Amino acid sequence: MRRLSWFNTVSLTLGFAFLYIPMIILIIYSFNGGKLVTVWSGFSTKWYGELFRNEAFLDAAWVTLKVAVMSSTVATVLGTMAAYVMVRAGRFHGRTLFSGMIYAPLVMPEVITGLSLLLLFIAIGLDRGVLTIVLAHTTFSMCYVSVVVSSRLVTFDQSLEEAALDLGCTGFEAFRLVTLPIIAPAVISGWLLAFTLSLDDLVIASFTSGPSSTTLPIKIFSAVRLGVSPEINALSTIMISLVAIGVIAASLTSKRAIAKRAKDEQEAI
Amino acid sequence: MKRFGLISVPYLWLLALFLVPFLIVLKISLSDTALAIPPYTPTLDMSEGWAGFKEWLSGLDIENFTWLTTDDLYWKAYLSSLKIATFSTILALLVGFPIAYGMSRAPDEWRPTLMMLIILPFWTSFLIRVYAWKAILSQEGFLNQLLLNIGLISEPLTILNTNTAVYIGIVYTYLPFMVLPIYSALERLDESLLEAAEDLGCSRLSAFWLVTLPLAKQGIIAGSFLVFIPAMGEFVIPELLGGSKTLMIGKVLWEEFFSNRDWPVASAVAVVLLLILIVPIVLFQKNEEKQREAGK
Repeated sequence: MRRLSWFNTVSLTLGFAFLYIPMIILIIYSFNGGKLVTVWSGFSTKWYGELFRNEAFLDAAWVTLKVAVMSSTVATVLGTMAAYVMVRAGRFHGRTLFSGMIYAPLVMPEVITGLSLLLLFIAIGLDRGVLTIVLAHTTFSMCYVSVVVSSRLVTFDQSLEEAALDLGCTGFEAFRLVTLPIIAPAVISGWLLAFTLSLDDLVIASFTSGPSSTTLPIKIFSAVRLGVSPEINALSTIMISLVAIGVIAASLTSKRAIAKRAKDEQEAI
Repeated sequence: MKRFGLISVPYLWLLALFLVPFLIVLKISLSDTALAIPPYTPTLDMSEGWAGFKEWLSGLDIENFTWLTTDDLYWKAYLSSLKIATFSTILALLVGFPIAYGMSRAPDEWRPTLMMLIILPFWTSFLIRVYAWKAILSQEGFLNQLLLNIGLISEPLTILNTNTAVYIGIVYTYLPFMVLPIYSALERLDESLLEAAEDLGCSRLSAFWLVTLPLAKQGIIAGSFLVFIPAMGEFVIPELLGGSKTLMIGKVLWEEFFSNRDWPVASAVAVVLLLILIVPIVLFQKNEEKQREAGK
């Protein structure tokens, strides 16, 4: 077993402290009784109560959830197809443009993407609402999905697929029965990534949402623009906890899957 | 035929919702502001056929772009965004590299946990992570309280609503984007190469300089682009943490569009920003393609 040098120990400790202390402070102060966010005045869960009585927040949360489920599902299908094209289709006309359109949205400043999509929706006369946010979110998150899935497809042993084809599968059957189960973890993490990107997005949603389709980040932003608010701390704590539970559960499952595979392989030998 | 279908569905989607919108932005950036809905002129009227198209074409001009050069605000905002994005990328590299290096040297059984700890903030809302710093950096915030209590300062520092706060915000929120590509490059590094270098008489420092750093190069490049390009157009961080003096082009674009409702100027601002970013974006894409090829 290797041991960490003092330099590495210090850099890891400081690095993770930097990443986590702000969030921990936020969580602690969501249980603060007072209105002032920086002065502790006793433990209380009253801001959580306030939050759940706030209709505007609940409505926005519902819109956000709907948009995230729809956009991440469509993005996963399109992104997986795009990954297939990138890794398997070989050379075709316009390939450079295609890969450009896959990688550019990953880094494109959100203000540009948001503005351009809004101008498109107005040019074709599409009313702004849930649909326009879904279209916008699908477009940028499918690129993330395709990057995640293609990194798995690259290491995939293509002879398995060829064997299925030789044994009489149609192309789609080979994909469904052989390829999909193997790349499934990447497809699922692609979906989760698309889902959180959609939950999180403020800028693109601000451009593409209509008056009746305010999402949670838009609500949070207009609340915190003016200053710190204990209700937002409570909301943030809930969101951070949900993500933490999700990520920890996912990493435990994958750890167990790896351990199981290692055991199976050992038994096979 | 099937291959054609597979290619054309995502291709057409991206053409319609990624490329065409940019052409519309370009078109509107060449139009004039008008008190109408939509608030620009001329609009293309398809029903008038060729004559209508010619009339529309003659209505376009580069007035908005000359406007950008006459008002100091715009070029100052571009320069200031460039400066902020460059410095934050360097800072993120200085903070992120030691973390990625430490992770790659950690015992094998720690790595999944460390990896999870880096990814967790990335999954957490960006907006919330920026907001968390508001309570820390303010006049009566935690940082000032801490420094006052240990006697390092005698009166509170003003950090919130300055450029310093913007740097902290960018480095903090984009750190996982810097750490992950560098870590994945360092993780593949074969340690026997370092031992060989040391056996051949390299000091540890020069082994790091001559072996580790070149092998981590692609990760460093990818991480730097992933921070620099989005930081250039950042809106949320300067809006929440920066002050009235913080000039960033993303904020200017937002205000032109939402406050001044000047769509043609907002579009022109976007076009120029895109022209500045086109080189880094193409380099980023080349770097990613190269890595994907190498992974095969």
